[in-house]
Amino acid sequence: MRWGEIIRRLVLIPPTLFGVCVIVFVLLRVVPGDPIAMMIPPGASPADIDRLRAFYGLDQSILQQFITWLGQALTGNFGRSISLHQNVFELVLARLPATLELSLLATLIATALGVMVALTGVYVRGRRLEWAIDGGIGVFLAIPDFLWALILLLLFGVLIPLLPISGRIDPQLDVAFRTNFYLVESLLTGRLDVALALLQHMILPAVALALPFAALVARLLKASLAEAEDQDYAQIARARGFSRPAILWREVFPNALIPTVALGGVQVTLLLGGTVLVERIFSYEGIGNMAIDAVINRDFPLIQGLILTFAVLFIALNLAVDLLVRLLDPRLRHG
Amino acid sequence: MADLTLSGPIERPSRWLASVARGGTRLWCGGTLVGILFLIALLAPLLAPHDPIEQDLLAAQLPPAWIQGGEWTYPLGTDSLGRCVLSRLMYAARTAVAVALIAASLAAAIGIAFGLIAGMFGGWIDQGVSRLIDVWMAFPPVLLSIVLAAVIGAGLTSVIAAIVVVDWTRFARVVRAETMVQLQRDYAAAARVLGLSRGQILRLEILPNLVPLIVTLLAVEMGIAILVEVILSFVGISVAGDVPTWGGMIVEGRQIVYQSPWIMALPIVSVILSVIGFNLLGDGLRAALDPVQRR
Amino acid sequence: MTAVLAVHDLHVAIGERGRAANVLRGASLEVGAGEVRGLVGESGAGKSMLGRAVLGLLPANAVIGGGTILFEGRDLLAMPEPERRGLLGRRIALIPQDPITSLNPVKRVGAQIAVTLRHHLALSKRAALERATELLAEVAIREPRRVLELYPHEISGGMRQRVLIAMAFACDPGLVIADEPTTALDVTVQRQVLQLVERLRQRHGAAVLFITHDLGVVAKICRTMTVLHAGRVLEEGETADVLARPRHPYTRALLAATPRADRPAEALRPVPPALIESLWSEAHRLDRLDVAGRA
Repeated sequence: MRWGEIIRRLVLIPPTLFGVCVIVFVLLRVVPGDPIAMMIPPGASPADIDRLRAFYGLDQSILQQFITWLGQALTGNFGRSISLHQNVFELVLARLPATLELSLLATLIATALGVMVALTGVYVRGRRLEWAIDGGIGVFLAIPDFLWALILLLLFGVLIPLLPISGRIDPQLDVAFRTNFYLVESLLTGRLDVALALLQHMILPAVALALPFAALVARLLKASLAEAEDQDYAQIARARGFSRPAILWREVFPNALIPTVALGGVQVTLLLGGTVLVERIFSYEGIGNMAIDAVINRDFPLIQGLILTFAVLFIALNLAVDLLVRLLDPRLRHG
Repeated sequence: MADLTLSGPIERPSRWLASVARGGTRLWCGGTLVGILFLIALLAPLLAPHDPIEQDLLAAQLPPAWIQGGEWTYPLGTDSLGRCVLSRLMYAARTAVAVALIAASLAAAIGIAFGLIAGMFGGWIDQGVSRLIDVWMAFPPVLLSIVLAAVIGAGLTSVIAAIVVVDWTRFARVVRAETMVQLQRDYAAAARVLGLSRGQILRLEILPNLVPLIVTLLAVEMGIAILVEVILSFVGISVAGDVPTWGGMIVEGRQIVYQSPWIMALPIVSVILSVIGFNLLGDGLRAALDPVQRR
Repeated sequence: MTAVLAVHDLHVAIGERGRAANVLRGASLEVGAGEVRGLVGESGAGKSMLGRAVLGLLPANAVIGGGTILFEGRDLLAMPEPERRGLLGRRIALIPQDPITSLNPVKRVGAQIAVTLRHHLALSKRAALERATELLAEVAIREPRRVLELYPHEISGGMRQRVLIAMAFACDPGLVIADEPTTALDVTVQRQVLQLVERLRQRHGAAVLFITHDLGVVAKICRTMTVLHAGRVLEEGETADVLARPRHPYTRALLAATPRADRPAEALRPVPPALIESLWSEAHRLDRLDVAGRA
């Protein structure tokens, strides 16, 4: 990815985000259901209802509402949640760290797993075991994260109850956190027992998110490894007396990593999107779980804020991948 | 073994057989799984031992027949209302297959149309379509379909619409890219020199080359459609009322998962088998239909 | 004194069972200590395969049908893998054909030289880089310290080939196999590379097996030469003798096809296979069937 290409992408971000806003806005405004209807206390007068409607700006035309909302959004004000009666920006900000920690853990697990499987798969190239590994990758790729979440819940929560299956931390555990990055904070402050308790809660949802992504990493990386191993420099390394594992790890892997990151990095968005359901299944208090509540409660401002948050995360991730590829490939770094 | 010159002429099996052979095990396994699914869906009223909504509260939460306490009248046991799990699974397959067929075809039709237009005409049209796809890619797909289904309201139509609106880009992206590649190739240039119109080039040169790709995507998309239906049922905004769905069964099973885990496990297994079936079929078809083995 | 390398009656077939091509059909060859031997032949004659067999670089679908490869008296084909790996890169080195693809694109030049030194000579990282600097100076690279820090794409093709030559001589090998090292370079760079190989060979006391199809190159640097055709040795001897009085029609044809200053080049005249076959004694008769039989 050359610099010009990265600049082109940067320029395209504002229109893309604008498009996201427009679509979400229009989509939500054609709802037949009335969000106000859910919040009226029994016995409220029509005047009360009108006042509520006006308070949330729902009495104006769609265009007017959009302009008002956009104007406020540009100053960082994304409105008030209808169901939670709080500032949307603050709500999302408070929940976001939980989702980021979960996604990061899942990405780490997936990468480690995917790299191991890919290296094993390419090492046994041409043997029957390779066939089995390819088949396994296919199965793990076909089953999406939320099904893994249900399977893991069934296996390790119910049949062999090893791990907690709900929430982010034990309600009994009385610890104060200064930030909402519980895991990072407890690791940095050296409270390992707390970190362990957090990890126990995170491991099942993280693995559920990680498994399909690990399969994707394994498939991409294995193909790239096989291609790179056939290149002259890898062949010649054999003639210099290096063993095959050493060549695969030192010569082939750094090369195969580049296309894998370029193609697979973008797919981390799939993992992020998967948090919506996986968090729901494990009652994990992140923005994904919050989004489903918001949809059920028809909480427009919150839905808008959350979708926009995901969109910003996706776009940021795409850029991060481009930069990472530049970092890994010296030909692009100096190009 | 003989020198090359000594070996006899290579036997050429028919093209169709050669394709099936290239598809290999994946094509066979995938085709079989999908075939079984379609058959069950089609013949559910004949195969199901019970009415899927008939309740037998005296026989609630029976385990599958081979486990202690099970009865062979309910081969896979009953749910919390005493409904036959096997019959419900079979009827739910109908919903799944219907959603898969309709939603995948519609998403394909819309996506292919956009992709072809963008790829053929290029210029500002392509720019427009590409930006639209960019916007779509910035949405978390699961959340978008949930929002859509919630907005439209429960029902089969809403499920299908949610899938089509979210997934048309899967086809559009691939078809657009492939159309551009095909147009660069020599035969498309040759066709232009021959004086063929855009429509003729499209019909005679581009579409035939896109078919393997589209068929593969279509198979995979059917699997995805089944999953989206499960997701929407899971969140509680799918097909309403008494109609059994795999997603709905998973939700019901989850509530009594500690007492009778099989009620949740069985629909999960059905979903997984179907999805793996569609994926294997897609993989196999790609291998079978691609004569050049691009890779 | 014994030869550094003695290949005897080597048979190699490539391809799947039942459809293999015999690329080496009983090739034999010796390279004495400090000797520079040219190995010539047209493309497909098997000269590269012979080099690859010595280095253990035969393709995965190749089968060694028989023969021995003695290096300093020990059979490379019979020794255990770890022992052979201890010789490769240390006592037997390779100068590869294509300098563009033979260096790892994501590693610095210095690291690529150092890794071999550290592997075989157990040098510290600093000592290995120090040695790498000396080696680069030896192959006439200016500012060797700076070049150590560069990536392959930042230096010219000729410079890359010099880096590869430096790597080949890094551990003072007894035998260097040069596999068409000048083919990918332009003529002026070619001459410099040949001079370098000659100089380093003398300084490090290595024997060289120089694989090429260019008789001009052979005439310049090889004291002895071997002509390979269709997997067998046709003719060998002192370079001057062979070139002055080629006994074999194929060598004559090869010689006539080499461009010279005093007359225009002709195309390589095909020599009827029958003519060549007829030159083989009874003992060597048509062995193509049984080689593959062994494989």
